[in-house]
Amino acid sequence: MSISMKNITLFAIVGALIVGSGFIQGWNTALLILNMGLISAIMALGVNLQWGFAGLFNIGVMGFVALGGLAAVLVSMPPTTEAWAVGGLRMGIALVTGVATIVGARILYRRMAAGNKRTLAMIVFLIGGFLLFRFLFDPAVLAIEKVNPAGTGYLGGLGLPVLLAWPVGGLFAAGAAWVIGKTALGLRSDYLAIATLGIAEIIIAIMKNEDWLTRGVKNVVGIPRPVPYEVDLQASEVFLNRAASFGFHDPVMASTLYVKLAYAGLFAVVLVILLWLAEKALNSPWGRMMRAIRDNEIAAEAMGKDVTARHLQIFILGSAICGIAGAMMTTMDSQLTLGTYQPLRFTFLIWVMVIVGGSGNNWGAVLGGFLIWFLWVEVEPMGAKLMELITAPLNDGYWLKDHLQNSVAHMRLLTMGLILILVLRFSPKGLIPEK
Amino acid sequence: MEFLNAFVAFSNFVIVPAIAYGSQLALGALGVTLIYGILRFSNFAHGDTMAFGAMVTILVTWWFQSMGINLGPMPTALLALPFGIAGAALLVLATDRMVYRFYRAQKAAPVILVIVSMGVMFVMNGLVRFIIGPDGQQFADGERFIISARNFKTMTGLSEGLAFRTSQAITIVTAVIVVALLFWFLNKTRTGKSMRAFSDNEDLALLSGINPERVVAYTWIIVAALATIAGVLYGLDKGFKPFTYFQLLLPIFAAAIVGGLGNPLGAIAGGFVIAFSEVTITYAYKKVLIYLLPESLEPSTLVQLLSTDYKFAVSFAILIIVLLFKPTGLFKGNTG
Repeated sequence: MSISMKNITLFAIVGALIVGSGFIQGWNTALLILNMGLISAIMALGVNLQWGFAGLFNIGVMGFVALGGLAAVLVSMPPTTEAWAVGGLRMGIALVTGVATIVGARILYRRMAAGNKRTLAMIVFLIGGFLLFRFLFDPAVLAIEKVNPAGTGYLGGLGLPVLLAWPVGGLFAAGAAWVIGKTALGLRSDYLAIATLGIAEIIIAIMKNEDWLTRGVKNVVGIPRPVPYEVDLQASEVFLNRAASFGFHDPVMASTLYVKLAYAGLFAVVLVILLWLAEKALNSPWGRMMRAIRDNEIAAEAMGKDVTARHLQIFILGSAICGIAGAMMTTMDSQLTLGTYQPLRFTFLIWVMVIVGGSGNNWGAVLGGFLIWFLWVEVEPMGAKLMELITAPLNDGYWLKDHLQNSVAHMRLLTMGLILILVLRFSPKGLIPEK
Repeated sequence: MEFLNAFVAFSNFVIVPAIAYGSQLALGALGVTLIYGILRFSNFAHGDTMAFGAMVTILVTWWFQSMGINLGPMPTALLALPFGIAGAALLVLATDRMVYRFYRAQKAAPVILVIVSMGVMFVMNGLVRFIIGPDGQQFADGERFIISARNFKTMTGLSEGLAFRTSQAITIVTAVIVVALLFWFLNKTRTGKSMRAFSDNEDLALLSGINPERVVAYTWIIVAALATIAGVLYGLDKGFKPFTYFQLLLPIFAAAIVGGLGNPLGAIAGGFVIAFSEVTITYAYKKVLIYLLPESLEPSTLVQLLSTDYKFAVSFAILIIVLLFKPTGLFKGNTG
């Protein structure tokens, strides 16, 4: 069987799995899996760009995804005019002061000669800047959060169409990646891993605590949608007639499916564009240079390639893709729930997708995204069935039986870990290996 | 008097908790640093190894409690600790045999081992949640305080109390004993010496007839013991919850790297550096300042540099500063 035949078969199998879940569990479930699969595939593309092309070990995916979600809120939510009036200006000045302090400290560090004098000057400057920042910042936060805390209590967004948030999410993530890359990319691979892990935790911590910006754990709900609302569709004659002509007579079913299909269409467009770009990049001189750097940094440097700059470049690109995916996910959920951002789900799971799919191969990453997401969703019901079989001989009400059946939810972590270990051991190149 | 009160308040909320937390981090960081020194990779499953060891200890503690076995004023968990260590040791030895050994034989790149350890982390995390559930568990029993705040006040006549919890005392004492034992083992015993030799120069150690598999096995057992002790002490002090153990990974790695990866002494120093910075930067100084400053200058706000939710940011910032300015850590790591 030729390679392309094998790949087509693999994609067909994953497609069949999703369609099969549609027959068994209903089409809404299947479309939900498909939509999150599309988003996961995009995240996996981003990680594959960094790891597969350049060998950068980024385990801060969660942070970039969350920044994308932040973009969805800041772009599309209506602005809280009252909050802007009471604290907007002061907050703006405070943030500028904060940035100016950091930039100023950098300039001091560059301009002054090394020595105790410089250290002292920097400490004084940083502490002074911090105090000034807090003096400006704290009252602004209080004022903003006091405005209708149950409903808003934050600055709100710009009230623009939410589709605009997708590229903006990419920009946010790219900006964060630039800052991180500038400081941490020179580090050894495992130091970079810890650094990115830490950054992601910090991004989440900031978003959880700075209620004036994101409402924190109070969640932002009702983010405007790029597709019609189900209730509007159900009230529309035209839609109902058209649905009926396709054989859908249940308006609820027809409208929910239509909305999910619309999302799937939007996501698929983004995925196709990004995949096309990534394939072009991989097969361009630039892509070959990246892989040359990955395989032997010293040789590439000797050939005159600027390794640090190329690493920074691809780190930003990959993170931006994760940011776009994050914005898309928040758009689909119509809400930003920061409590649900956990590294196991948003960082390590994406890594499983890339490794299982085949690092260094874009199609592999996409396949891994769909397959692993499908398993992540389906392992739980499958595990429940399996556990029922295993515990069938035990009496009802026996503590072990209850315990085993209640713990089924944790099977997915175990399964993902096993899949990762097994793939790394027996098929380290993944399902679709790098060419 | 005012000054004494301020000092007592500061000790109560900063010094004592930071020493206890620092000891827990130091024990955790020692485990990470030993794995790095001998097996040469950053073990991401360490937090979950801690959780697993602590879980076994908790289960045995409950079993003892149900049989009425206890240590009087001391927590029963101390009695169950050896069982926890044995459980964790069996788990990591089995993991090494089934997973890591293959890559050692292949001489795989460290980053591959890191990814493999991510897979192990998933499995261990799932295992712990599967067995004991994702919720918090309390298993501390015995006396809660050695000195309670009220007793301290009546003893000294100060208006501020200094509470010294049993869990804190046990943490500090255990940490000292464990570290002393570890250094004795590494410096005086034949196995310990061969471990250090292996860590310094693998090829030379192999030429001198050191059996690598034996060294690796001993390392895993010691790491399991350290991880379990750290996990149980943390659990006694702050309660057991699987997810927090995963989150501890960050300060533990920060401690190990700040101290210099691969250097045991550095891991201990790093643990205390991280713990003290986290606690001092996120503590609200209002109470202390009220005693120290004249009434007219008393602060109206909490005087907190950063909210406690940012404690990860603190350990991380220190990590970055050390990496940028002194990449080998405070004490030179042996392969830094």
